[in-house]
Amino acid sequence: MTKRRHHDMGGLDAGPVEITDHDHAPWEKQVNAMLRLLADPKRRVMTVDELRRGIEDLGPGAYDEQSYYERWISSIGNILLEKGVIEVDELGRKMGEIEARMRAAQAEAGKAAQ
Amino acid sequence: MTGGTTPNSAETRPRFAPGDRVRVRAAFPPGHIRTPFFVRGREGKVEALAAIHPNPEGLAYGGDGTPRRPVYRVAFRQAELWEGYAGSPEDATVVDIFEHWLEPAEGGAP
Repeated sequence: MTKRRHHDMGGLDAGPVEITDHDHAPWEKQVNAMLRLLADPKRRVMTVDELRRGIEDLGPGAYDEQSYYERWISSIGNILLEKGVIEVDELGRKMGEIEARMRAAQAEAGKAAQ
Repeated sequence: MTGGTTPNSAETRPRFAPGDRVRVRAAFPPGHIRTPFFVRGREGKVEALAAIHPNPEGLAYGGDGTPRRPVYRVAFRQAELWEGYAGSPEDATVVDIFEHWLEPAEGGAP
């Protein structure tokens, strides 16, 4: 039985480290900005420690499947729900709205390409 | 709420000083902690007081992190951390560790 929590990976074999620069997608920058605003000293809606706790509590499956900023936004969403800043129904409707908007934009782009 | 290295009146003064031998508690609570698994139960040497910092174990659950806790820069010999370590026996890993995770090592002050 290991007492090591999944995220606590320091010292495990991990292969070579990728040290080349990579660009961040616009949504990743938005997630970063969102956290900075939520955690800034004026607002203090949540702490980076809560962000980290939320990431650790995703569990081994989601932790490995999600990318860095996917883990951030999963944690931010859960923490804001927990604190009552947003509601489940509100979040679900907004996600549906954005998905519909994206599909419409994609369809539009498809038409323009023809 | 800030870091810094000066405790306010409600906070205990740092228990350890540079040069002290310390052992990291071999504790495995389920919550958010900042003490890496690979140093728990291991012995090291305090290099410096790094900061007096709000406690992340409180901050992670909506608390305010008070009282702030001393955080030390603790050096561990690589050869003692990693089985079969091939580098110099002088090589060290330095980890920032909160005071409540440290105990005096046998033979080490205080």
